[in-house]
Amino acid sequence: MTFQSAYITRMRPQDILMPVPAGLACKPGGFHIDPVRPVERAVITHGHSDHARPGHGAVLATQETLDMMRLRYGDNFAGSTQAIAYGEEVRLGDVTVKFYPAGHVLGSAQIAVTCKDTRIVASGDYKDAADPTCAPFEVVPCDVFITEATFGLPVFRHGDAADEVKKLLASVALFPERAHLVGAYSLGKAQRVIALLREAGYDAPIYLHGAMEKITHYYQSRGVALGELRPVKGMKKADLAGTITLAPPSATSDIWTRRFPDPVTAFASGWMRVRARARQRGVELPLVISDHADWDGLTATIAATGANEVWVTHGQEDALVHWCQMLGLAARPLDLVGYGDEDEGEAAPADEAEA
Amino acid sequence: MNRFAELLDRLAYEPGRNNKLRLLTAYFRDVQDPDRGYALAALTGALSFKHAKPGLIRDLITDRADPVLFGLSYDYVGDLSETVALMWPKRDLPGHNNPPPPTLTDVVTTLRTLGKTELPKQLARWLDELDETGRWALLKLVTGAMRIGISARLAKTAAANLGDKDPHDIELMWPGLTPPYRDLFAWLEGRSEKPVNSDPVPFRPVMLAHAIEDADFANLDAADFIAEWKWDGIRVQAVAGRDERGHPQARLYSRTGEDITKSFPDLLPSLHLPGAIDGELLVLRDGRVQTFNVLQQRLNRKVVSPKLMKDFPIHLRAYDLLGDDDNDLRELPFAERRARLEAFVRKLNDPRIDLSPTIAFDDWTALTAARADPASAGAGEDADAVEGVMLKRRDAPYLPGRPKGQWWKWKRDPHIIDAVLMYAQRGHGKRSSFYSDYTFGVWTKGEAGDQLVPVGKAYFGFTDEELLQIDRFVRRNTVEKFGPVRHVVHEPDQGLVLEVAFEGLQRSPRHKSGVAMRFPRISRLRWDKPPREADRLETLERMLRA
Repeated sequence: MTFQSAYITRMRPQDILMPVPAGLACKPGGFHIDPVRPVERAVITHGHSDHARPGHGAVLATQETLDMMRLRYGDNFAGSTQAIAYGEEVRLGDVTVKFYPAGHVLGSAQIAVTCKDTRIVASGDYKDAADPTCAPFEVVPCDVFITEATFGLPVFRHGDAADEVKKLLASVALFPERAHLVGAYSLGKAQRVIALLREAGYDAPIYLHGAMEKITHYYQSRGVALGELRPVKGMKKADLAGTITLAPPSATSDIWTRRFPDPVTAFASGWMRVRARARQRGVELPLVISDHADWDGLTATIAATGANEVWVTHGQEDALVHWCQMLGLAARPLDLVGYGDEDEGEAAPADEAEA
Repeated sequence: MNRFAELLDRLAYEPGRNNKLRLLTAYFRDVQDPDRGYALAALTGALSFKHAKPGLIRDLITDRADPVLFGLSYDYVGDLSETVALMWPKRDLPGHNNPPPPTLTDVVTTLRTLGKTELPKQLARWLDELDETGRWALLKLVTGAMRIGISARLAKTAAANLGDKDPHDIELMWPGLTPPYRDLFAWLEGRSEKPVNSDPVPFRPVMLAHAIEDADFANLDAADFIAEWKWDGIRVQAVAGRDERGHPQARLYSRTGEDITKSFPDLLPSLHLPGAIDGELLVLRDGRVQTFNVLQQRLNRKVVSPKLMKDFPIHLRAYDLLGDDDNDLRELPFAERRARLEAFVRKLNDPRIDLSPTIAFDDWTALTAARADPASAGAGEDADAVEGVMLKRRDAPYLPGRPKGQWWKWKRDPHIIDAVLMYAQRGHGKRSSFYSDYTFGVWTKGEAGDQLVPVGKAYFGFTDEELLQIDRFVRRNTVEKFGPVRHVVHEPDQGLVLEVAFEGLQRSPRHKSGVAMRFPRISRLRWDKPPREADRLETLERMLRA
């Protein structure tokens, strides 16, 4: 009766993981992945604030993700914590979970949930492009692949980030009397831009907005080489000519920018691929550098996992679901709410705030 | 092509004029002939090939991409060329046999001779070879829709900067030059002599006036000046001559030297005497000068239809003569040029060209009176189209640019209203951290009593210090935010009154208030005035009727 036993051991994927208002719930394992509301037990993919929130009972995540949560939310961000390494497997209830690198930011992980013979991979946010500041993405074969779709349209193809940094350096050379302000998300993107600048041979000090300092120093403490970094606070306006400063995107159109001599406003983001988006934000120098897989990355990854079912979370779900269906894969949007770019969903910053 | 694309890409985002110039000059310095010449031609609008239609671009992509994915992408991006540039399938040819991407020169020279049927295939080949930005620039170039905020004048100025030359010199020789402008660049780089303009109908850089201030009159003697009305039209230079075979040629230039002949074919037959007239382009109906609003409806039209020419009859009001047959008159004093002009216009004897009359005045008091009431000082029924007076020194030669003390403009006082600040938006570039674009309104009767209705937008007129003050006011008095727009408090007793100056008013069905202002700017901040005392819409409506 092989048919019978296969029926017993193969669970329906939706019995293992299902979307509920608090996030992705794993009933047989008794936990939620990246819950957006406080839950008893949370398994967290990475440290961005839309995925890693405070107030859970127990948190399972990589050491880096736990450290980042602690930096952001203080020591009491969760009842208890457990660190897990890439490649490590733990049993939770009736399932096992195993973490794999997601290549998104330092410490980011895909979470493989296996119940009986069925393996679902919740990839969180991921990118398959090279990044000197985090472990490279690994393809994890699975039955169901849960993918983000932030850049899930074929117009999003991100190219080599090194070329974008060259663009920035060419601008610095052309306008030596102006300051260059690079808007970049403070966790991950900023450090990647700095590391890319260093790879491109830029060895002058790089300046940081106050909101960047803690997390960037944490990266350095984890052995990510970023060269000489200085706080921009307290610098004389004239001394900032010809320099590069990293700041959260919202700060680049803020009163804060008045301390810079005739600043060139750059923004490092996958969104910069589309002109209207860049113009809307008043960006003068768009740098197409993304933390997320682009269209080619998403489609190649889905194919490589061998999954015959794909669940699409936040982003441009429609196009990616359509693409999967063209290939004969079962695909559906998960309609999870509460995820997006971490600084994107942020309410407009307090304008008068000094940072 | 990729280097040119990079330039366009950067220019499209750069708001500052000086920075645009630097980007352009750097390009002209770094890039070799003939590519840079074709770039200059593209930026000055000197290239014209049969443009590819959007339909063709759409066909190209639907042959290569899933229609649903294309539809979703186009919805998201909103621009056809950009969508196609971004989602064009990557060619997956392994190895090193891929042809190099085309240069700008390849593209321009190929397009010149390419037949219509071969265009789709050639375009597809180039799109295969270029990167995203290159594809975007190529599609913008071939569809003739560059729209990156670069005027021909700016591009020429950037070229002039390459050799520390005066852009006027380039304007002068421009009509005689052809792409890729090797002779021009050779001269700019000091490798050869200045190219000579063999054009029989060249543009001459125009002479401009300074705005006069009250204090200036004390140092000026009325007897040294000739006064004319300042007409509210567009400044043009009408040049007629004969080419080397003796055929008559005529051309109409804008004040920046742009050739605008094609827009005014109805004026050409009137330019039948060799010479160069400096004057104002106006619309005349039954001998009466129409306001700028009327003239505006003839401007920027792609097609100049017979109906348009009939409904908006064009006219040239002459006020200076720069060339008379082969003689360059620019060194002569203005009084002498004026006499030559009068004779020239008489000889032309054409109903479409007349003389801008001079205003008789003995002293500044008399001129002040004339300016205050042009109708009774000689302008008669044309007074509505007068926007002030011009003062020209009798002995002034015709000098390019804005030389000191030679010509003065003395505009009529602007209209002034007190309006209430309603919404504020961030500016661009240097002003991106300031709320510097203001929507203001005046009171009108609404369903629930008096309410403010927006009547215009202004983003200049204030000093840097005032900008700081308004910015602070906006930040502290925001009621609501809609994306980049802040709703600023505007209640009868709470809010900021702005004194707004403007040049004219016209009816506009597109505005809720039914009126649109010409050239509005903030002239004063009325911190002292409560919003309830600001002006009412009725005041503006009366101005419309007047």
